[in-house]
Amino acid sequence: MRRVAVIGVGQSKFGELWDSSFRDIVLSAGVEALEDAGLEGKELEAMYIGNMSGGRYLGQEHIAALIADYAGLAELNIPSTRVEAADASGGLALRQACMAVASGMHDIVIAAGAEKVTDVGSKAMEILASATDREWEVFTGATLASLYAMIARLHMREFGTKPEDLAMVSVKNHKNATLNPKAQFRREISLEVALNSPYVAEPLRLFDCAPLSDGAAAVILASEDIAKKYTDTPVYISACSQASDYIALHSRKDLLTMQAVVHAARQAYEQAGIEAKDVGVAEVHDSFTIAEILAYEDLGFAKKGEGAELIREGVTCLDGEIPVNPSGGLKACGHAVGATGIRQAVEITLQLRGEAGKRQVDAENGLALNVGGTGATATVTIFTR
Amino acid sequence: MLPRFWRKIKYRYDLVGTKCKNCGNSYYPPRNLCPVCRRKSDIAEMKFSGRGEVISYSVVHEAPEDLKAQKPYVVALIKLEEGPVITSQLVCDPENVRTGMRVKKAFRKYGEEGEAGIIYYGTKFVPDE
Ligand SMILES: [Zn+2]
Repeated sequence: MRRVAVIGVGQSKFGELWDSSFRDIVLSAGVEALEDAGLEGKELEAMYIGNMSGGRYLGQEHIAALIADYAGLAELNIPSTRVEAADASGGLALRQACMAVASGMHDIVIAAGAEKVTDVGSKAMEILASATDREWEVFTGATLASLYAMIARLHMREFGTKPEDLAMVSVKNHKNATLNPKAQFRREISLEVALNSPYVAEPLRLFDCAPLSDGAAAVILASEDIAKKYTDTPVYISACSQASDYIALHSRKDLLTMQAVVHAARQAYEQAGIEAKDVGVAEVHDSFTIAEILAYEDLGFAKKGEGAELIREGVTCLDGEIPVNPSGGLKACGHAVGATGIRQAVEITLQLRGEAGKRQVDAENGLALNVGGTGATATVTIFTR
Repeated sequence: MLPRFWRKIKYRYDLVGTKCKNCGNSYYPPRNLCPVCRRKSDIAEMKFSGRGEVISYSVVHEAPEDLKAQKPYVVALIKLEEGPVITSQLVCDPENVRTGMRVKKAFRKYGEEGEAGIIYYGTKFVPDE
């Protein structure tokens, strides 16, 4: 297997992008990545796209060819592939691109993620809920928020996690997003505001839930030898793992552990030759605040049941020992579904290059965790300088 | 949606699931392959008693369009006495739900779809104490 490097990154703004079409958004991210890598475009040998539901959000399928076309690559006839794993689609696209370069099949490829959700208005959340079991969860009236809410209630009961702990995750991520020009919500919130926001699904409140956003992100990967021709600051992908689990929360033996995350993380650490304590910065899938607490535990940053202590003690703040979600995370940078996994890769690359501006942290190794639905898919990617 | 729903009607209306005779595990919703035994699965239908215990729950305030009229409503993870955990609606005042409460199945309307007004029924749970 060849060593794989990130040589270019790009990201659209995340948010309610009323003025921009799906094509516009993807293009802005792709062009930024090409400029960043110093490529013309013809160097790309293949394209991988993470997109959850072009069909239901836009009435448009065949997204891979569409994006290659509007990215100006139609004349080059390169293979373009869309992959789907709900809101872990971006993580899958990254992994496919990584495997293509590592295997020697391709030298330079682009992995992108894109979603346009705001055109369907209030239906957006119901479409994301199809990430869970349509027949045996959604049918009963269970929303994605309510499933995470049941995890949160159980975590509170078993381990003494408090609503204040969850709110602190939201406060932290909002604070980080004020330093990220691409973020959807760039204002600080207070603990009181978070704790008094209306319930979405008890015990989760509005500020416990990430928004659904429009957005796109792209990364260009190359083999190590080729990367050195294009950049003096390559960031290497030392592992990119993926795992799956039962689709429905109710089928899992331990409702408080995402086995897909545990498995993907274990594999990734082993492949990268590092341990959880060596991770200097992480972007994790905080679709709901409780998911960030579970991520601390399932990634090995804390023991099971002790995740809340990290947020209480400031370990995961920007100036803490393991800054988590310096971008603002899904909660405040925004959650553009299929784009999220790639956006996380963009953030970690910027951090390891030392190009993250006011939210810059000091790290040798970075980690990205992308989760689909309530944890039936997870990807863990480890980056290193 | 309609054919997909009808196909599962027996299992929804009466808590009919499956049991693997090879390992003894029971499954609801029904499975045709046992995740413990895979190809060695020996699956038979099994009717569940419909009694169980709430292991977690949520009061839903932001509901999908079709269920807006019912909110706030309670969804719960219920551990059936035979073992499996299922997701279901709990017909109960949100104020009175608690973890550990005993519940039993009840046949109830779940919702209507579109203007044609197709009504879906299924199993919900009610307090049993
Ligand atoms: Zn079996």
